[in-house]
Amino acid sequence: MNTNRKQFSRGLRVGIPISLGYLAVSFTLGITAKNAGLSAFQATLTSLLVNASAGQYAAFTMMAAQGGYLEIAILEAITNARYILMSCALSQKLPPNGKLWHRLVIGFNVNDELFGMAIAEPDKLKPAYYFGMMAAAMPGWALGTFLGTSVGNVLPGNVISALSVGLYGMFLAVIIPAAKKSKVILGVVTVSMAASFALESLPLFSQMASGTRLILLTIVIAGGAALLFPVREEKKEEDPCES
Amino acid sequence: MNHNIYLYIIVVALVTYLIRTLPLTLIRREIKNTFLRSFLYYVPYVTLAAMTFPAILHATDSIWSGLAALIAGILTAWLSGNLFLVAASGCVVVFLVELLL
Repeated sequence: MNTNRKQFSRGLRVGIPISLGYLAVSFTLGITAKNAGLSAFQATLTSLLVNASAGQYAAFTMMAAQGGYLEIAILEAITNARYILMSCALSQKLPPNGKLWHRLVIGFNVNDELFGMAIAEPDKLKPAYYFGMMAAAMPGWALGTFLGTSVGNVLPGNVISALSVGLYGMFLAVIIPAAKKSKVILGVVTVSMAASFALESLPLFSQMASGTRLILLTIVIAGGAALLFPVREEKKEEDPCES
Repeated sequence: MNHNIYLYIIVVALVTYLIRTLPLTLIRREIKNTFLRSFLYYVPYVTLAAMTFPAILHATDSIWSGLAALIAGILTAWLSGNLFLVAASGCVVVFLVELLL
């Protein structure tokens, strides 16, 4: 019980900077929602229930276009497909004999940042730690959306511009320290950025939705790395990023 | 044809929840296959790297402030690894560069 509480508050502490970053990102998302014709309540409700940046952005755009329900469901499945891979990875990180409700609650908020922090844990993921991160991050995400829809036009443009890179800073904070420790990850990160840049510029691929490009890149590069540099059992002990 | 916003929200929330929860609940045992394990190990690094670049260049008002934020972020992450510091350094650099531009 005591250790659970300790894990939870550790999660809260890690979650606060994530929450601040979310506040900035979901603020800009809120502006998108407002432009799509959603009220502050509807946009905030979506953020509370969905917790997905790219997925919500795609959804708001589709709502504005009055797309069909099936259409929006398919779009959502594609833009969020990377969570399938993350959830598979997380399923390995959780204790195999853990409670089902732990997994049902965690499933509510599997996203890039919390996943990144969870995967960086040295050993098995403690559900209480994850719940702590969720408890800090989710209000930030919802509040930012609410503020964006209600007072989005108040902030000066250069402040919004500065806030919008906060999210990428969080991504870098996950991948760069790992790349510093492992040459293979350094290579994977470099190749991924280069390929992502190339696909965005190439005529055939630049037509694809960014979510689809991301799935393609993930499968090809992570698959290639797994074939060339399989993670062996012995390596696990020294490598803090492996489960 | 007019769609109900709340029905939209329910559809979006349900699809997203299923996508996250099905793999989490259906895969209970540890995956033994080395390829699959390695694949899942590399997934986050590819996804996060590809989502950061080149998207960060378009996130701000100018490509140059985005590029400056990327460099600042990589340097801070390499030297400290503190989540908040890395995110904040990017925001501050964008603000300063855009003041100068």
